[in-house]
Amino acid sequence: MNNLNEIRAKYTEQFQQKSKRARIVVGLGTCGIAAGGDKVMEAIKQEVAARNLDIDIDFTSCIGMCYREPIVEVALPGMASVIYGDIFPDKVSQLIESHVVNKQPVTEWAAMQIPEGRTEYDGIVTMDKSAYYEKQVRTVTSRLGRTNPESIEDYIATGGYEAIEKALSMDRLAVIDEVKKSGLRGRGGAGFSTGMKWTFVYNAQGDKKYAVCNADEGDPGAFMDRSVLEGDPHGVIEGMMIGGYAIGADEGYIYCRAEYPLAIRRLNLAIAKAEKLGLLGENILGSGFNFRIRIKAGAGAFVCGEETALLNSIEGQRGMPRVRPPFPANKGLWQKPTTLNNVETYANVPFILRKGADWYAGMGTEKSKGSKVFCLTGKINNTGLAEVPMGITLREVIFNIAGGIQDGKQFKAVQSGGPSGGCLPAEKLDLPIDYESLGAVGAIMGSGGLVVMDENTCMVDVARFFLNFTQNESCGKCIPCREGTKRMLEILTRICDGEGKVEDMDTLERLANVIKTASLCGLGQTCPNPILTTLRYFRHEYEAHIIDKRCPAGVCNALLVYKIIAENCTGCGACRRVCPVGAISGENKQPHTLDTAACIKCGGCVSKCKFDAIIRG
Amino acid sequence: MANITLTIDGIQVTVPKGSTVLEAAKTAGVFIPTFCHDPELSKPGACRICVVEIPGMRNLPASCVTEAQEGMVVNTQTPAILAARKTILELLLANHPEDCLTCPKNGECKLQEYAYFYGVKADTLKGAKHDYPVEDDNPFIVRDMNKCILCGRCIRMCDEIQGKHIIDFAYRGFNSKVTPAMDTPYSESDCAFCGNCVAVCPVGALSEKGMLRKGRRWEIQKVKTTCPYCGAGCNFDLNVKDGKVIGVTSTDGDVNGRALCVKGRFGYGFIHHPDRLTTPLIKKNGKFEEASWEEAINLVAEKLGGIKAKYGADANAILSSARCTNEENYLMNKFSRVVLGTNNIDHCARL
Repeated sequence: MNNLNEIRAKYTEQFQQKSKRARIVVGLGTCGIAAGGDKVMEAIKQEVAARNLDIDIDFTSCIGMCYREPIVEVALPGMASVIYGDIFPDKVSQLIESHVVNKQPVTEWAAMQIPEGRTEYDGIVTMDKSAYYEKQVRTVTSRLGRTNPESIEDYIATGGYEAIEKALSMDRLAVIDEVKKSGLRGRGGAGFSTGMKWTFVYNAQGDKKYAVCNADEGDPGAFMDRSVLEGDPHGVIEGMMIGGYAIGADEGYIYCRAEYPLAIRRLNLAIAKAEKLGLLGENILGSGFNFRIRIKAGAGAFVCGEETALLNSIEGQRGMPRVRPPFPANKGLWQKPTTLNNVETYANVPFILRKGADWYAGMGTEKSKGSKVFCLTGKINNTGLAEVPMGITLREVIFNIAGGIQDGKQFKAVQSGGPSGGCLPAEKLDLPIDYESLGAVGAIMGSGGLVVMDENTCMVDVARFFLNFTQNESCGKCIPCREGTKRMLEILTRICDGEGKVEDMDTLERLANVIKTASLCGLGQTCPNPILTTLRYFRHEYEAHIIDKRCPAGVCNALLVYKIIAENCTGCGACRRVCPVGAISGENKQPHTLDTAACIKCGGCVSKCKFDAIIRG
Repeated sequence: MANITLTIDGIQVTVPKGSTVLEAAKTAGVFIPTFCHDPELSKPGACRICVVEIPGMRNLPASCVTEAQEGMVVNTQTPAILAARKTILELLLANHPEDCLTCPKNGECKLQEYAYFYGVKADTLKGAKHDYPVEDDNPFIVRDMNKCILCGRCIRMCDEIQGKHIIDFAYRGFNSKVTPAMDTPYSESDCAFCGNCVAVCPVGALSEKGMLRKGRRWEIQKVKTTCPYCGAGCNFDLNVKDGKVIGVTSTDGDVNGRALCVKGRFGYGFIHHPDRLTTPLIKKNGKFEEASWEEAINLVAEKLGGIKAKYGADANAILSSARCTNEENYLMNKFSRVVLGTNNIDHCARL
């Protein structure tokens, strides 16, 4: 096969036919399945069979609104697709009865509608006007929730493998130039120019070169790469093919963490289907370009997300970072010139080739072009996946897209970039999201995890949480990281336990600065960031723990004292009955008392009291 | 090869292109401490004690793996460098037994040496320490992993010089440990006890069992000699205290570098062994009886001379022993060829 024109026409026709029939599509990404999507799928199949309906049933991946899973799309011929949220099996019958049989959408369950040129319903917000998507752009995530990720036909029908066809007709350097011109920077977090990296590998001498995809996404609260792999595996494969062609590689590896079984399954499926069509293998599309992709499942070490540790791991060695230089561009996998790019980086490439570097560079800021996928997690109303143009402010992401803080509470901080990133306070909310701005305030863009914290979050405890993570994940190779994370964690634990000393803050700062500057790899060099930023922006919380022996957020158990305020207590006895250790006593209708020595600080009484008569602090 | 010139702490130094900053510093006479670096082994750049400041470079690069460049300016004594070195030492000492008093490597320990040099005390940072049992179930090597600083030199020595790769890192982070596969002791692994790991250990984690409590390192006189066991001709240092050999340690041998085998390094116990003969014995009536040197030498001279006279010089043959000194073996060779007049001389190393 020398070009895809014939099959593209066929698949496009098939794809268009889909919208001419009634169909129900269930979101079966990992988030959808975890929320019960597969049971919903089962219920839909039964309901459709019981009613003997002539309707297509399909599945897709996560559209991004993880907080509304299980998500079900219902589309009638000529009518807009309606995206329903929180559809559990018990709602399936009513949903089908109303929307499919009676052609009346269940407006109160609908999250939004996607017209795509079809007739809109009244009373349901369209996707482009919905609060969640209004400020988003959908490039890398454009197929998520819209196509069947296991269907190469869907992929080809939606422009898939056009970019590699175009690339193969171009000079290799012209492909690199296009990527360079687009301004695409590494989406794994470091933000290195992808085009520059490819130039280095192109120029490197070697009889064999590799294109490696880093899919070892490990930051707590980050699931962008998983969502992209599960939702658009061919997009990543096509990006790798283009990269491979550009640098002169004939082999690619996807290093995907084993904790992503669905992503690995869909990748394997995608590779097999692409091979069957001759899109992977020898002499691709008659161009003389050969390319194969293998998958290597990671074994659970966070540090293998570091590029040189990742290469060691593929080689079957212990996942420990190598010294750079030599950089992988010159001596990478098996000492051969290698490009390593993140999932999202590769996924951007086909769009850049298809739509042009200028289109891509038209989005974003001067130095950070294009869009970035973020994972919104923490104490926000809308947790999920959001692709936003670079340069959008943190405030817009947190308060517009993510819908603000849960339960009307106050925003306290946002952690950008996972355990390597920093905690930023409210006064940084108007910061534009781009590599330079985030770096300047002590955080990093990172791979795209945004963990939002509210007034009930203790910032010392947050720093302790992240240090516990990095301490566990330190590979042990270099002394500053191996020994330093342990000591910093011990100090933070001590502070949370109310045993902190005033000099601990200086010691933390001193250790953090040495670990940051003297460690071997990125893990060590960035792991002090949560401490440094919390010390910088929330020093008063450290002081409260150390000097006043008080946890202002009411989180650190050792520092909490439970008290009953006699004036508020009605003597209802609810707290007395719930207390598991009998620490509360009192007569009915008389103010109760709490024995702080006996109290185990479980908090049960506080949640039972209806009169705000029990405080902890 | 082309040369390049750089400046280290204000000193201009010219070194061959491809040299590391550490090598250049050595040439310039500038001291940079190292733990994991070993000129004979690969360079992991792991311990970070050798970090330096190079304007224009991110963070503090490790001098052992940073290539010196033309016109490069290197500083090794800035406050940031000193802070990093001291902190690294504090971190190591925080997880290190404070028993220099009884440590066999006292006086020959890099951690001790640098702590002294930089004035770092052991108790600056307090926290959890490892509590591994000391491994001494073999006759040759004592392994105290509580003292290990995980520089990995033993691993690279075993892999790159000895070619055995018996040990490697296991576990992660703070729990990292050097061990044979499956965390077994040396005695249950394929270890041949060459002891070359001991030779490169910069601290008290690996020590020679036979030398325990036999003498402090500064009391030992090192006598470089050639191993008599085989024809390879390895050099080593006899460790002598009060006229007695108390151990063998590696030296920089012409043919072997620091590598030795189990016999050369640990097979010296015969030297002062109580079973060793100290007087000649003559078999009389089927039993060995003590004799004077005069009587014994006369008897040997008479017998050897008699055989030579009756059957010719080549009727005699000499077999010498690895457990004699090299000087004695040399004399035995002269005796055979010059006095007895035969080339029939051999040595147990050939057997």
